[in-house]
Amino acid sequence: MADDKDVLRDVWFGRIPTCFLLNQDEVTEREAEPYYLLLPRVSYLTLVTDKVKKHFHKVIRTDDAEEMWFEYEGTPLKWHYPIGVLFDLHASNTVLPWSITVHFKNFPERDLLHCPSHSVIEAHFMSSIKEADALKHKSQVVNDMQKKDHKQLWMGLQNDKFDQFWAMNRKLMEYPTEDGGFRFIPFRIYQTLSDRPFIQKQFRPVSPEGHVHTLGDLLKEVYPVALPTEGGPKRFQVVIHGIEPLLETPLQWLSEHLSHPDSFLHICVIPVPSD
Amino acid sequence: MPISLLWAVDVYGRVYSLSTGGGLWEQCRDAHMEFKRVTAAQQCCWGIACDNNIYLNLHASDLPVRYKEETYENQRWNPVDSFSDRLLPSDRWQWSDVTGLQHHPLDGFLLPSDSWEWEGDWHVDENFEGEPTEKVGWTYAIDFPAYYTKDKKWNSCVRRRRWLRYRRYRSMDTWAKIPPQQTTLPDPFSDISCGGWEINEEPRGRLSLWAVSLQGKVWFREGIYHLNPEGSVWEEVSLPGEVIQISCGPGDLVWAVLWEGQLLVREGVSRDCPKGSSWVTVDSPSPDVGATHVAVGVNVVWALTKDNKVWFRRGINSHNPCGSGWINMVGEMIMINVGLNDQVLAISSEDRAVYFRQGVTSSELSGKTWRAITVPRDGDRSHSSASASSLQSAGIYFCGEVRAQSAVSDVESERGSTDGAAGLVTSSSPESLVDAPTDQPVETPKPHIPKVTSDSFISELVSDREPAKTSREETPPAVLEEEPLALEEDLKDPCAGVAIPPQDPQWCNVDLEEAQIQQTGVVLDSVDTCSLSSVATYTLAMEDPYGADERPLWAWVSGGGCNVDSHSQLNWFNSMNASSLVQSVQSMSLSVSPAQTAAWRRQIFEQLSERTKREMDNFRHYEQAIEQSVWVKKGTMQWWRDWKPYKWIDVHFALEQFSGAEGNKDGILFIYYNFYEEKKYLHAFVNDVTILVPVLNDSKHSFAIYTPERTKQRWPIRLSAATELEMQDWLALLSVSCCDSRGIQGPPSKQAAWSITCKGDIFVSEPSPSLEAMPYPTPCDQMFWRQVGGHLRIVECNSVGIVWGIGYDHTAWVHTGGYGGGFFQGLASSTDNIYTQSDSKSVYIYENQRWNPVTGYTNRGLPTDRYMWSDSSGLHECTKTNMKPPSPQWTWMSDWSVDYSVSGGADRDGWQYAADFPASYHGHKTLKDFVRRRRWARKCKLTTTGPWQEVPPISLSDVTILPCAAQISVDVVPLWAISNKGDVLCRLGVSTLTPAGSSWLHVGTDQSFKSISIGAASQVWAIAKDGSAFYRGSVSAESPAGDSWYHIPSPAKQKLKQVSVGRTSVYTVDENGNLWYRQGVTPSYPQGSSWEHISNNVRKVSVGPLDQVWIIADKVQGSHGLSCGTVCHRLGVQPMEPKGQSWDYGIGGGWDHITVRGNCMEPPRIRLPSLGGLASQSSFPVSTEANGNAVGC
Repeated sequence: MADDKDVLRDVWFGRIPTCFLLNQDEVTEREAEPYYLLLPRVSYLTLVTDKVKKHFHKVIRTDDAEEMWFEYEGTPLKWHYPIGVLFDLHASNTVLPWSITVHFKNFPERDLLHCPSHSVIEAHFMSSIKEADALKHKSQVVNDMQKKDHKQLWMGLQNDKFDQFWAMNRKLMEYPTEDGGFRFIPFRIYQTLSDRPFIQKQFRPVSPEGHVHTLGDLLKEVYPVALPTEGGPKRFQVVIHGIEPLLETPLQWLSEHLSHPDSFLHICVIPVPSD
Repeated sequence: MPISLLWAVDVYGRVYSLSTGGGLWEQCRDAHMEFKRVTAAQQCCWGIACDNNIYLNLHASDLPVRYKEETYENQRWNPVDSFSDRLLPSDRWQWSDVTGLQHHPLDGFLLPSDSWEWEGDWHVDENFEGEPTEKVGWTYAIDFPAYYTKDKKWNSCVRRRRWLRYRRYRSMDTWAKIPPQQTTLPDPFSDISCGGWEINEEPRGRLSLWAVSLQGKVWFREGIYHLNPEGSVWEEVSLPGEVIQISCGPGDLVWAVLWEGQLLVREGVSRDCPKGSSWVTVDSPSPDVGATHVAVGVNVVWALTKDNKVWFRRGINSHNPCGSGWINMVGEMIMINVGLNDQVLAISSEDRAVYFRQGVTSSELSGKTWRAITVPRDGDRSHSSASASSLQSAGIYFCGEVRAQSAVSDVESERGSTDGAAGLVTSSSPESLVDAPTDQPVETPKPHIPKVTSDSFISELVSDREPAKTSREETPPAVLEEEPLALEEDLKDPCAGVAIPPQDPQWCNVDLEEAQIQQTGVVLDSVDTCSLSSVATYTLAMEDPYGADERPLWAWVSGGGCNVDSHSQLNWFNSMNASSLVQSVQSMSLSVSPAQTAAWRRQIFEQLSERTKREMDNFRHYEQAIEQSVWVKKGTMQWWRDWKPYKWIDVHFALEQFSGAEGNKDGILFIYYNFYEEKKYLHAFVNDVTILVPVLNDSKHSFAIYTPERTKQRWPIRLSAATELEMQDWLALLSVSCCDSRGIQGPPSKQAAWSITCKGDIFVSEPSPSLEAMPYPTPCDQMFWRQVGGHLRIVECNSVGIVWGIGYDHTAWVHTGGYGGGFFQGLASSTDNIYTQSDSKSVYIYENQRWNPVTGYTNRGLPTDRYMWSDSSGLHECTKTNMKPPSPQWTWMSDWSVDYSVSGGADRDGWQYAADFPASYHGHKTLKDFVRRRRWARKCKLTTTGPWQEVPPISLSDVTILPCAAQISVDVVPLWAISNKGDVLCRLGVSTLTPAGSSWLHVGTDQSFKSISIGAASQVWAIAKDGSAFYRGSVSAESPAGDSWYHIPSPAKQKLKQVSVGRTSVYTVDENGNLWYRQGVTPSYPQGSSWEHISNNVRKVSVGPLDQVWIIADKVQGSHGLSCGTVCHRLGVQPMEPKGQSWDYGIGGGWDHITVRGNCMEPPRIRLPSLGGLASQSSFPVSTEANGNAVGC
């Protein structure tokens, strides 16, 4: 029988086969070969693409190279969203591998944050964890951790060490049994058709009457559009880690098992493909 | 904690019980009559029924209550008749008791009451002091009374034999009337309270039962214990006044309330005198208002006064049963009761709900808050679904002819009273019986429960109320969904309930006095005396269809059998009020489909594996974005250094992990230390570590790391972390690391060997196929052991994966199939299948005294004497104050108390005497005794988690499971056990799907047993408490309990203590550490012929399904020291040579138990090169091809 821990592993070891192509406009000394990589769904683009940078630096004049950024079908890809979220949001239901265009010029200042070094990603990652723990445990767990524990979380993600990461992360996933769950569920709902970056609200895993909240309850509360109307055709897919959990899935379970390493449950609401 | 019951009686006299594991008051359907009061112990519940008789409800158990009657047949030899029943005039009776003073003919034994039945006929006891007599039980002597032997000698002039017959208590789980005494009691009982089981556990199941009669007299029931559950006689206890209510705690507290409102405290209650000696008066908590009710526990006293105020008595302890003062507590209650663990239950005067006192701990006995127990009753549910009946009742409001309608319904009630579904109807007759007796002593406001006696009156009443009602109940609850709404409405309206003070002034006309008189007639059989009065009350019930039924009104509650404490997780408070019935039904339907198999979870598993296929399967050749690298964890610890002088030194510790050659992880651990200012290090490869053993004591949080080399040396790497948490973190991490490096994950396999250390830690090892190979088995110091959460004393398994354990407190546990628990959290542990496990044991210290001519025995010893407070050896000082629990995991659960059950016996105060320290002690003082000692015990408790689930309720001392051969699949697996009282039990319904089985089958024996083992061919061997062996004949699948015992004499002058039976081999261990092999066992003669000595210094033996022999041995020599409690493997065991040749030494010391009965893996056949050639080619033609394929892949 499959165990819940297998879910954690599956989530962690989720990979997206990606083909990096250099933007046509970049000036090259010779033709740039595409570069193929398996990207971890739970990591960040700029954290795992040092090899890509090295690969393309070989063919462009390094003096011209500015900060590397990525684009998919005209959309600049935000590095501070987990890779899996970017894929589910923009490229799910497309043919694999995922073709990402690499740019070294014309950084879209309006759309993207700069990412000069890994420490920026670390800061972003840790702040997400802290924000999530503020919601889950009033920051009690994360504040009780030592500096080296924080480092262990980050190093776990950076080096793709599942055991190392979870040895620490399990503490962030604990809760008093009598409460039946976290204080609030840290989640973010992404949509393609809106300027709003994402939806984030305070939502408890259990109703005041003691009912267990489900994914459906959450959507009904914060994003009812995503739910299928009665009798009508399904218009939206609710995707987490590339899968569509049933709406009756308990939210607390989702938060414990399908959260990204940053402790947030990233939910993508995308239109059902028209075909 | 096992599931136990809270008992309560509602105002209608119906008895309900609420399980600590459940969320429903279950009505005691068996009660044919109404009860006034109940008082519960864990094994039974006593009650006063409305016929004023006392009833006992003994909880059914798989262990029967069997009372052994015995009598002796005496004969004398004379030259004419040889031995005959012709005795001399001065002799004893021909049939007598053991002393010969009482005449006990066989037909003089009668069953004490209807609750007993004979188990069989009289038979002769053929067993004499552990030896079969072989002479139909006769034992011989020169004369009466004398020393008897089993052999007839030339001078044997008399002989006697013992006859046995068992009687069995049969009235289990039913209310059985306690037989009235010959001298009838002057007046009926009005109150009853049981307790006292903690003051003396001998004889087993002893209880004190106190009762109060209507005239205010107090009675004590003598002679209640396990084998005599009904007790024998009522004895009156003299009193300084008239008592109205009494309460007896589990310990020595007994308090009573006087009619005038003061309280009485019983003094002198002790082990020898559970009845106590005298009364002391304590004033009522409040000077103006008398006390009405008292409830006592082990260390607490709670009381109520007439104004329903609640009081807590300060300063109660074992030296001062009277306490020092009263504290007024929050709440207004009409009845209060103290259950086990001093937990408090009360019934509120306001809403008659049962309240549980939350937060009662041993340090805060007064608790924190009252919390209402709001679970529904089982009748409620059937009622809410019975929409038909509510429709019918709704109809009545509109019919106008209320009387006529109700009369018709009443006829129905007579027919349907046995029909449980008609919830409303059955409620009618108890209603007529509800009366003051329940309330009398507590002075509850009587008008709460109206009593109606005239039907004309009631019709008048109903017609009066009808218009008002109609408007409220306008919409009949025709649809089921609407019912909860109506129900809520009812609850909001205080007038709705029958027992709520009626606002209608007419109700005050109800004549309570008359009702009481009437009641006595009605009580016995309400159906027979179904007079007008019951018609009337029935109408009342109809008038208010929900009031009475939806909200229980409680009269009495007893928590004496309810084992909860402040840590217990109870589902008693989940539903906010009775109106959330629907919700509780919902939650029940949820539990029907467990979360494991829920659709949403399946969907996630399925989609994730689809995702893997879609996104990864075709792209495995892509490069990984993140390269794997080395991961290092460092810390500081202390290390017990390897050279003299041995001491703890500070070291740096590091674990480096990396990916091994085949993708599995590997690692090295380093210990960096300073040696004469020079930095040095010691290292160990993670894949070389064979076991990590936590060694907790009160000063160090340490653990030991063994490798095969270190096991040989008997000298592990010992490390100590700064805190317990840090140690557990390291242990968990190292353990995961070791398992990773060996590719071991998930639950233990069915073949696994299990072992237990003397600390109760559980280890499991996966056997390699060559573990039992000949001639070169895997050395047993190379076995890798990993820890499993939990705490046990014994573990037994078999090869289909059924694993049972027994805790130090004798609780039986079954393995859930999970792994981890304890400090193995997160990834090293399965998420489900892990449960809380607790265990308890006693810590002992000795009080030593020496006699001197002036002052007698004092605690002043000679200068050369041992400490006056010491451990058993006398070498270490152990006082009550400095003694700590064995490790930080253990906490005290009681105070120090004298232990009377020491070997050698003890006097009334627990003293044992001897000529000098150290010597053998005896239980009575002689002239030659100059020293004495007594043992003090204190219980401590450990709570942990592990993949174990309790198998309640019988405590065990040994267990064995049939070892199955590899190929054979069995549906039902035989499992035998010995209860901690020595009964032999056979578990029914054990299978791989239900490893816990269903119930126990008791196997009758004439004496107590201590060890048992079943072999692969269902051959059952057992060891009796007297050290002799028994073989059970004819055990088979058809007859799982077999038919009879064959007595097997033990080896000369040795008392056996443990047995283990494999495929054919039978091994036993005796009390002097000798290991014996049973010679001459054949299928046709399974008892064998004689014992052959194999080895000494053996503590325990486990024989597996391959007849492999493993033991726990003492005194194993290592290069660095001697170890006790070492796992050893018998080498050279073969089918033709089952005794083997020599021992191979494995992990130890400190090991206490091992079982290899899961390992039925036949070792690979080793083919010597000289035997190769043709034979091997012809028998394995495929093997080369398979190899070729493997290479090609």
